[in-house]
Order: sequence, then structure tokens, then C-alpha cells
Amino acid sequence: MISISNVTKTYKGAAKPALDGVSLEIEKGDFVFLVGASGSGKSSLLRLMLREEVPSKGAVFVLGENLVAIPSRRVPYFRRKIGVVFQDFRLLPNKTVFQNVAFTLEVLGKSSAFISEAVPEVLNLVGLGEKADRFPNELSGGDQQRVAVARAIVNKPAILLADEPTGNLDPATSAGIMSLLEKINQTGTTVVMATHDVGTVDRLKKRVVELAGGHILRDDRKSGYQHALPNTDQIELPLQGGLE
Amino acid sequence: MRLGFVFREITQGLRRNISMVVSIILVTFLSLTFVGTAGLLQAQIGQMKTYWYDRAQVAIYLCTNTSPTDACPQGEASPDVKTAVEAKLHDPTLASFVSKFYFEDHQAAYEKFQQQFKGNTVAKYVTKEQLNETFWVKLKDPNKSAVIAETFTGVAGVEEVRDQRSYLDQIFSILNAASIAAIGIAVIMLASSVLLISTTIRLSAFSRRREIGIMRLVGASNFFIQLPFILEGVVAATVGSLLAGVAVLGLIQFFVQGYLAQRLPLTSFVDISDGMVIVPLLVVLGVLLAGLASGVAIRRYLKI
Ligand SMILES: Nc1ncnc2c1ncn2[C@@H]1O[C@H](COP(=O)(O)OP(=O)(O)OP(=O)(O)O)[C@@H](O)[C@H]1O
Ligand SMILES: [Mg+2]
Repeated sequence: MISISNVTKTYKGAAKPALDGVSLEIEKGDFVFLVGASGSGKSSLLRLMLREEVPSKGAVFVLGENLVAIPSRRVPYFRRKIGVVFQDFRLLPNKTVFQNVAFTLEVLGKSSAFISEAVPEVLNLVGLGEKADRFPNELSGGDQQRVAVARAIVNKPAILLADEPTGNLDPATSAGIMSLLEKINQTGTTVVMATHDVGTVDRLKKRVVELAGGHILRDDRKSGYQHALPNTDQIELPLQGGLE
Repeated sequence: MRLGFVFREITQGLRRNISMVVSIILVTFLSLTFVGTAGLLQAQIGQMKTYWYDRAQVAIYLCTNTSPTDACPQGEASPDVKTAVEAKLHDPTLASFVSKFYFEDHQAAYEKFQQQFKGNTVAKYVTKEQLNETFWVKLKDPNKSAVIAETFTGVAGVEEVRDQRSYLDQIFSILNAASIAAIGIAVIMLASSVLLISTTIRLSAFSRRREIGIMRLVGASNFFIQLPFILEGVVAATVGSLLAGVAVLGLIQFFVQGYLAQRLPLTSFVDISDGMVIVPLLVVLGVLLAGLASGVAIRRYLKI
């Protein structure tokens, strides 16, 4: 489903690579947490999976597409199979909840009959059926993130990428979003989520991939964050070989 | 493809940038009006050329007693000169260039002069003998007048060989210069309207960067993202070029046909049928330029 091998990503003008020799396999239906300190490369890894960036070295395959070689005119069609959620929601402030979700389908050229059926369905799924006509600034942060999730999954993507989706939310609201993501995962959608949220990672007992300084430090199935979290002064050490 | 969606995006974009859109309309309107005027001027020159060149002849002026002595030392051309000139014109080497020619004697020249300068005081003082006897030569190819000039210039009894087109060419070169100036101004204005269009499209894209970001994220095709912006430029430029078309047709109808043609009834002027050729070209030019300018602008913007 997602296959990353020996990927190195050095941004233009950067001295150190943001990702350095990263290899990772994610299967269909997996729920994977990406953890690690700020600047460890979590977002960079997600951007590679979305083909927002291309690796400087190595190979990235997602849903059978070779993302290093894919021609740019095919990228939009690839992205239709991927849903994305961010920490800052990225809703359109002048559109209602319904319109924000419908926007995705509109730009993909879906019929209005399809839209008027699919949007209420997904809004009910995320628990916003009653708030379809509200504007984003009339919603709590948690509800705004639900809209963003609804927008990401309305086109039934095979993979949902989430970059710190609970980063702006309090623990109770975060728990709500997490159970929504689990529900989506249970319908067969692969979920990859970058987070700093220790409590959440511990509680859910999912696969945890930990990055440090652009290396994969640890890749534990059914492990909690605590076990994965190294001592802070160890981060700079070349731990990869020793722990693998 | 949802046309309703694209249409809504365009109207929103046009409304958001209304002052820029109005300036695009005005600049394309002005520049294309200039292009159209230059085109009309060229059509006019072409029309006059075919009309007058067709009638232009080469004149072989024979000497008179009043001719300047350096060209005509022996005074009035003798009948021998006339027969010699006529013989040469009939000679196969020249005859192949000549379509027809006729001889105008003192009497005929005098009558023509009297008619041309009717009411003018010169008409009273001129005498028959002062006016040249002339061979008027019409050529098969009017560009070959040099052949006649080479043959007869300097021949005893011939005062001068003159191609009437040399008078016309002066007029045409003035008209030509005017139309080139109009084209030059038009090019500068077209360039500025292209720049204005790309700036406007970039601004429009910037004010919709959130939407664009989300469109790219959810996998809208590049064409679909770009289309509203390209059409925005095209719609504004189309309005401008239609206005320019109306202006050009108005110019023909009211200035050329309604004013010039009334005042100069013997000259043939461009009319609405010429306008009907030029105006569609203007609109096509405006739409193409706007489409290209906004297409390049939005593609550049999205690449960043
Ligand atoms: N567009 C970019 N251009 C240059 N350098 C970048 C860019 N994006 C990220 N980086 C650098 O790459 C490294 C990894 O960044 P990344 O955003 O992937 O980390 P992260 O794990 O997501 O951090 P955070 O937890 O703070 O979101 C950092 O050193 C960062 O400064
Ligand atoms: Mg990040």
C-alpha cells in the first residue's frame, strides 16, 4: 500500500537532510502513528506520501504508483485516492460546513445529485449532521476538525494522512477526533497520523514509527509511546543500527 | 466537468477584481482599436493602390520651344522624333512590355489643361505650344517603367520620361508611415494589456490561494484549477475586443463613409465589408492574447 525505501530528502539550501535513509512499509488497513521531536521529519514523510515533495534519493510507492516517476499531470488523479487532514483545519471561511465538504466533490466534477447524497452522509458519519449550514467560525475547534476529516474522506480515499490533527485541541476533543479516525480505519481506510500527543498514542495501542533527526529510530507494532520515546539527549546519537 | 461551478468561480473572480477587470477591458479596447485602425489604413492603401496604379501611365514628354535647353537644345521636337519614338514603342523588344499607348498633341494637351485648371488664372495665359506633346504609355506590368525610362531618357527631342506612380508613391508612403505608427502604438498597448492581464490573474489567484491549495490537495486536475482564471482574462478581453470592433465599425460608418466619402466622392474608401473582415480578426487576436497571457500567468503562479 505504502512502500518507502532508502529515502533521503534534502531540502534546497538545507545542510542536513530532513529524512535520511528511511525505509517503511505500511499495509492496507494499518493505523500508524508517526512520532518524534519537532523537526524529526514527520511532516516531510507525509508530504512524500502525498507527492507534495519528491525524495532526493530512494523510492516511494503509494497505491501502486511510483511517486518518483509519476508524471505531474497524473498527480491530481493520484491525490484523489488520498485524504489529508492538517493541524490548522484549512477550511474555507466563506463557505458553510456543507459547502466546504461539497467543494471537494465539485472540483472533482461530481454531479450535484451525487453531492447532495454523499455530503450529508459523511457529515452524519463525523457527527455534524445538524451543523451543515454553519460557517467555520461558528464551530468549535473539534467540530472544525471534523469538517476537515469529512472533507478528506468524502471521496472515499484508500489512505488518510493526518498531520497533527489533534495538535490544536484539548484532550477530550482530541479523544473524539481519535475515535472518529479509528472508525474510519475500521472501514478499511489506511490511516497514517503524525502526532506529539503522548496520551493518545499510548491509549490506542497502534503501530508507532518514531523518527529522530530524519532516521527511523523505532518501528513498534502494538507499542505505546513511552517505550518508543528515547531520552532527549540520545536523539542526536546514531542509534538506528543499534536498535533495529 | 461542472460548468456551473466554473461559471461561479469566474463571476466571483471578476467581481472581486472589478477595477482590474475594467482596466483590462479598457486597455484591450484601446489597443485593439488601434490595431483595427491600422488594418483599415492598410486596406485603404491597398484599395487606392489597385485603383490608381491601374490607371497610372508612363509619360514620354517631347520637347517644346519653352523646354529647358539642357534637356532640349534643339527646341520643339521634330516630326521625325515622333515617328522614331512610335517606332521604338512598336519594336518587339519594347512592345512586349507595353499594353497600349497613345499620342497627345498640343491641341489635346491644351484642352485637357483647360479642363483641369478651369477657372484658374494660369488657364488664361498658357498657350498650346508651351504644353508638351506626350506619348502616354500603359504598361502590362506597371513595375517595369524603368524600361521606358532607360530607352527614352536622353534621346534627342525627349524632354523627360515620368512614371505617374512616382507621384502616387509619395502619397502612399505618407499613408504607410501613418499606419506603421498606428501599428507601433498598438503593439506597445497590446504588450501593456498582456502584462496587465497577467498581473490581474496573479492577483486573482493570490486572493483565492486557499481555494487553490485545497483544490490541489483533493486532486483537482490542473486544467480545472486553471480554467476559471484563464476564462476570467478571456472574458474581460473579449468584452474589450468587442468594444474595439464596435469602434472600428463606427469609424468606418460615420467617419470614412459618412464624412470622407462625402467630401471626396471620386476616391473609393474602405466600407463595412472591409470592417467585417477586420473585426473578427481583432476579436480572435484579443481572445488569443488574453488566453495566452492568463494561461502563462496562472501556470507560473501555481508552479511556485
Ligand atoms: N519546505 C522546507 N524547506 C526547507 N526545510 C524544510 C522544509 N520543510 C521542513 N524542513 C526542515 O526539515 C526538517 C524536518 O521537518 P518536518 O517539518 O518534516 O518535521 P516535523 O517532524 O514535522 O516537525 P514538527 O513536529 O515540528 O511538525 C526540519 O529541520 C525542517 O526545518
Ligand atoms: Mg510537522
